[in-house]
Amino acid sequence: MSLTPEMIKHIAKLARIGLDPSDIDATCHTLNDILGWIDQLAEVRIDDVPPMVGTETEPLRQREDTITEGNCRDSLFSCAPETSGPFYTVPRVVE
Amino acid sequence: MTYVIEGQTGPWEIVVGLEVHAQVISESKLFSGAATAFGAEPNTQVSLVDAAFPGMLPVINRACVAQAIRTGLGLNAHINLQSRFDRKNYFYADLPQGYQISQFEHPIVGAGRITIELADGQTRDIGITRLHLEQDAGKLLHDQDPSHSFVDLNRAGVALMEIVSEPDIRAPEEAGAYLRKLRQILRYLGTCDGNMEEGSLRADVNVSVRKAGEAFRTRCEIKNVNSIRFVMQAIETEALRQVTLWESGQEVEQETRLFDPSRGETRAMRSKEDAHDYRYFPDPDLLPLVLEQEWVDTLKATLPELPDAKRARFQSEYGITFYDAGVLVAEQAVANYYENVARGRDGKLAAAWVTGDLFGALNKRGATIETSPVQAATLGRMLDLITDGTINGKIAKEVFEDMLETGDEPDAIIERKGLRQVTDTGVIETAITTVLEKHAKELEDYRNGKDRLFGFFVGQVMKETKGKANPALVNEALKARLKSS
Amino acid sequence: MTLTKLTLTEARQGLVARTFSARELVQAHLDAIERLNPTLNAYITPCPQSDVLKAADAADERYKHQKAGRMDGLPIGIKDLFCTQGIRTTAASAMLADFIPPYESTVTERLLKEGALFLGKTNLDEFAMGSATTNSAFGPTINPWKRADAPEIALVAGGSSGGSSAAVAAGLALASTGTDTGGSIRQPAAYCGIVGLKPTYGRCSRWGIIAYASSLDQAGPMTRSVADAALMLEVMAGADSRDSTCSPRPVPAFHQAVGKSVKGLRVGIPSEYRVDGLSPEILALWEQGITWLKEAGCEIVEVSLPHTRYGLPSYYIIAPAECSSNLARYDGIRFGLRKDAPTLDELYEKTRAAGFGTEVRRRILIGTYVLSAGYYDAYYLKAQKVRTLIMRDFEHAFNTVDVLLTPTAPSAAFAQNDNVNDPVQMYLNDIFTVPASLAGTPALSVPAGLNKAGLPLGLQIIGRHFDEETVLSIGSALEKAAGFTHRPTLYAGAGA
Repeated sequence: MSLTPEMIKHIAKLARIGLDPSDIDATCHTLNDILGWIDQLAEVRIDDVPPMVGTETEPLRQREDTITEGNCRDSLFSCAPETSGPFYTVPRVVE
Repeated sequence: MTYVIEGQTGPWEIVVGLEVHAQVISESKLFSGAATAFGAEPNTQVSLVDAAFPGMLPVINRACVAQAIRTGLGLNAHINLQSRFDRKNYFYADLPQGYQISQFEHPIVGAGRITIELADGQTRDIGITRLHLEQDAGKLLHDQDPSHSFVDLNRAGVALMEIVSEPDIRAPEEAGAYLRKLRQILRYLGTCDGNMEEGSLRADVNVSVRKAGEAFRTRCEIKNVNSIRFVMQAIETEALRQVTLWESGQEVEQETRLFDPSRGETRAMRSKEDAHDYRYFPDPDLLPLVLEQEWVDTLKATLPELPDAKRARFQSEYGITFYDAGVLVAEQAVANYYENVARGRDGKLAAAWVTGDLFGALNKRGATIETSPVQAATLGRMLDLITDGTINGKIAKEVFEDMLETGDEPDAIIERKGLRQVTDTGVIETAITTVLEKHAKELEDYRNGKDRLFGFFVGQVMKETKGKANPALVNEALKARLKSS
Repeated sequence: MTLTKLTLTEARQGLVARTFSARELVQAHLDAIERLNPTLNAYITPCPQSDVLKAADAADERYKHQKAGRMDGLPIGIKDLFCTQGIRTTAASAMLADFIPPYESTVTERLLKEGALFLGKTNLDEFAMGSATTNSAFGPTINPWKRADAPEIALVAGGSSGGSSAAVAAGLALASTGTDTGGSIRQPAAYCGIVGLKPTYGRCSRWGIIAYASSLDQAGPMTRSVADAALMLEVMAGADSRDSTCSPRPVPAFHQAVGKSVKGLRVGIPSEYRVDGLSPEILALWEQGITWLKEAGCEIVEVSLPHTRYGLPSYYIIAPAECSSNLARYDGIRFGLRKDAPTLDELYEKTRAAGFGTEVRRRILIGTYVLSAGYYDAYYLKAQKVRTLIMRDFEHAFNTVDVLLTPTAPSAAFAQNDNVNDPVQMYLNDIFTVPASLAGTPALSVPAGLNKAGLPLGLQIIGRHFDEETVLSIGSALEKAAGFTHRPTLYAGAGA
C-alpha cells in the first residue's frame, strides 16, 4: 500500500494539521518510506491471534460516585489562550 | 395499522430506527469527579480531566455502570459481562479530548426489546440493538457574539446511554409510542430523568423509505431532535422529502440532517460536510470493563416493578380495566398514589376517583400528583367512608371539593358540615310524606301510570334530606309507600 | 569532595551525617548548571535558583530535626513531560511553550513528598517522540561524552529522555526522572553511561505525565547506580486511583534486591538479538556481560524470541496510532498555542501546523492513517496481534529463565547530524528496547564498558512483569563486575 498526495491531504485534514502545499510531496515520500518498512509485518502469520490493547491484565477499577473535582474555572482559564466572560471562545461555528 | 405515503408511483412504506441519548442520573461524571447538576454557572462543573489537560486520565464511575446495567435489565436486554471503551476521534469545539470515549465494538448491553402500545390498543415489539455508555460533549452558544461561538464544558463528560433501536418502526406514531415507553421505563428505573427540554433525552432519527417488500434504501440521520412531537414531525417531513426525491428520479444521499421545527423541514448539516472517519480504536487508558454476574444479579433483584408488569398486576389485583391500568402506570408517582388509595379497598372505585375527580382537579389547578393537595391516605379514608355508608357518592364529591380547598380530613369535613348520611328510616319516612304532600299533582300522574316519575320522587326526597339520605333506603321506603298508599 | 559526583545514596548519607548541607549540595548543582547547561542544553527550564535554595534550607531543617524524607534534599532533574505545578511544562514543544500546569503529576508529587529538590525541567524529543533529543523545539541536547578520535563532533544524548541522561552524566543532577515508551529511558542512559530503569507497565502512575502512547508510556528513574534506581523507584512507584492502568500492587523494598546474590538465577540470551550488522564492539560487550554473570553464579541459557524483528514495525504503528489521538487535545482552545483564524477548522490546522514539529506531525499523520477506514485491519489490528505474539515470546522465555540479557542499543551515541533525514534509520536505534515496551516487562540499562572511541555502552536486563527485584539484583551484579567509573568529557566534577 502506498500513499498518494491526495491521501496525504485527506489524512492531514482528518488530523487537522495544515500542510504547506510545497511539503506534500516530501511528506508523501517520507511516509511511504516508513510504511514500506512497516510492510514487513505482512509476513507474520496472525491467524487466530487475539489483538493486544495493553499489558495490564486486571479488570477496570471503578470509582465511587462522589463529586471530588470541578469549580476551578479561574485555574483552568489561566491556561487558556482566549476566553470571554465565563466561556472559552472559538471562531463562530455554523451548524 | 399501516402507515403509507401515497406517492405518484404508488404507496411507500417508511423505515425508522432511533438512537436515543439518555443522560445518566449520577452525582458525578462518567470519567471524572466533576458535578453533573443542570443549570450551573458556565464552566464551573469542569475538572482538569473534562477540559482534557495534558496528562489527565479517565477513571470510570461505578454508579454510571450500574445505571447502564439496570437500564439494560429494564429493556429485557442481554448484559455483556465483558465490555470495552473505544475512542471515537473527531475535532469539534465542544469535544475537549478530540475524541469521545464510547463503546463501539463491545457495548455493555446487547439485544433487548420494548413493547409499545398504539392508539388502537394494539401492541408491537420494537427491537433494541444495543445500549452503550459514552461521554456527552460540551455546549456551544452561537448567539452571544457575532464572530465567535462560546464554549461551556459543564456537560462535557457527563455519562450518556446511547440506546439504539432496530429499524423496526414503521410509522411516526410508533416512534412516538417508542419514545414515550422508553422514557417511562427510564424514569421508573431512575436512570434518566427523561427531560427532553433540558436535553437529558435526545433522539437521532434514521429515516428511509421503500416500496413494500423491498430491501432497505439509503437512510438519512436527523440529529438531536428534542421533543417527541418533533420526532414524529421530522419523520413525516423527511419521509416525504425522500419520496419526492426518488419519484423525481434523484438519489437520496446518506447524510446527517437537522430538523427545523419552525419551518417544518429538514436540512443537511453544514458543519459536518466532511466524510466522517472516526478512527475508532480501543482506549488504551481504560482496561476492559468486567462485571461480576453476582453484581448484575443483585441489581436485577432490586429493580423496581416496571410499567408492563405493574399494569398487569393492577388489572388482576384491583380488577380494573387494561385501559385504566395503563393510565395509572404511565407515571410511577401516579401508580404509587393509586396503589396507596386502592390497597385493601375497592380498586375500581379507587381508579374512578383517581383518574376522574383527582386528575380533573389537578388539571384545573395545574398541579401534579407530587403537589396534589389531597394525599393518597386522605382520599383512601374518604373511600372508606363511602363504603361503610357514612356518606354517599354524591356527598363524597362535596367532601372531596372541600378536601382540595382546605386539606382537611374527610371525617372532620363531614362533622363540620353535618354531611353524615341519613340512615334513620323515621327521618326518611317523614321526608317522603312531605314530598308527596308537596307534589300531589305528580303523585296523581304516577298513579295513572307515569312510572318515570319514581326517579323524580327519589330526587325530591334526597333534596329534602339535603342529599344526605342513603339512596338505597330512600328507594326502598318510597317503593313501599307508593305501593301501599 | 565534589558534590556533583555523588550517587543519591552517598549524598543522602552525607546529609544525614551533616557532612554537607542540602544548601551546599544544591549550590554545587546550580553552579554546574550555570556553567554547563548553555553547552549541553540538558535543561529547558532550570528552576529559579532562589526557589531551589529555599527548598534546600527547608530540607536542612528537616535533617536537623531528623524528619527527613527518603529523597530529602537530593537535587534531581525532571523530564519536561511531567506536569509540575507552577513550573512551565513544555514537552519540548512550541505547542506548550508557555504552559504552566495548575497541577502536579503523581510521580513528581511523590518525589516532592519525600523531600526531593527539583533543579529544573530536562530536555527531550518533542512529546517524547524521538531517539536522540534532536526533535526539541528548544534545541537539541548535547551528549557530554566526546569521541576520543573526534572530540569536536557533538554527539546525541539519546532520546527521548536525553536531557535527563545528559544532566545526570555531566553532574547537573544527582538523578533524573525519565519516561520510556519504546526505549526512551534505557537508550539515552546507555548513550550517556548511566543507569536507566523502565519499570513494569503499570508500576508508576501516568497521571500528570503528558501522554505519547498510553499503552506503552512508563515513568522510571535515571541514576548513577543501580542502588539509586531502586531507591528512586520505591518513591516513584505505587497505586494511584487517578490512573486506571496503574497497578494496585504494593511496592516492594527494591533496595533490598540490590547486591543480593544472583547465584543459580537463569539468564536467557535471546538469539534473535544478534541482528545482522551489529557492531563487533557491542557483541563483545554482550559476551563480556555473559561471562560476568556466569562468574557471579548465573546459569546462561540460549532462548528464542522469534518475533523480535517485528517489534519495531509494530511499535511504529501502535505508538503513532495512540499519539494521533492523544495529541488531538492540542487544539488551541483551552491551553497552549493558538493561531487565530476565521474558521474553527482553520484555527485547528494553523495551530497544529505551527505548534507541532516535523516528527510529531509525521507520527500523527501515520497514526491517523493506520486507524482510518479501510486501513485499520491491515495496520493497527495487525500490529496489535503481532504485539500478542511478542508478549507470548516473552512469556515462553520466562518459563525457563528469570531474566534476559541483551545490549541496550545497537550502537554508541552518534553524531547530531546523523539520521536526521532518515526516520527509519533513526527508528532502528530502538530495536532492542521496543520489544520489552510492547510486552510491558521491566527493563534496566546498566553502563558496562566503553567502545574504542571511548563512548559508553549499555547492557539491558529484561525481567518478568512486576519482578523489578530480580532485574535489579542482576543489574547490580553486572554493575559490580563492570566497575564502570568513567566520566564524560564535559563534566561538572572535572578539575574540581
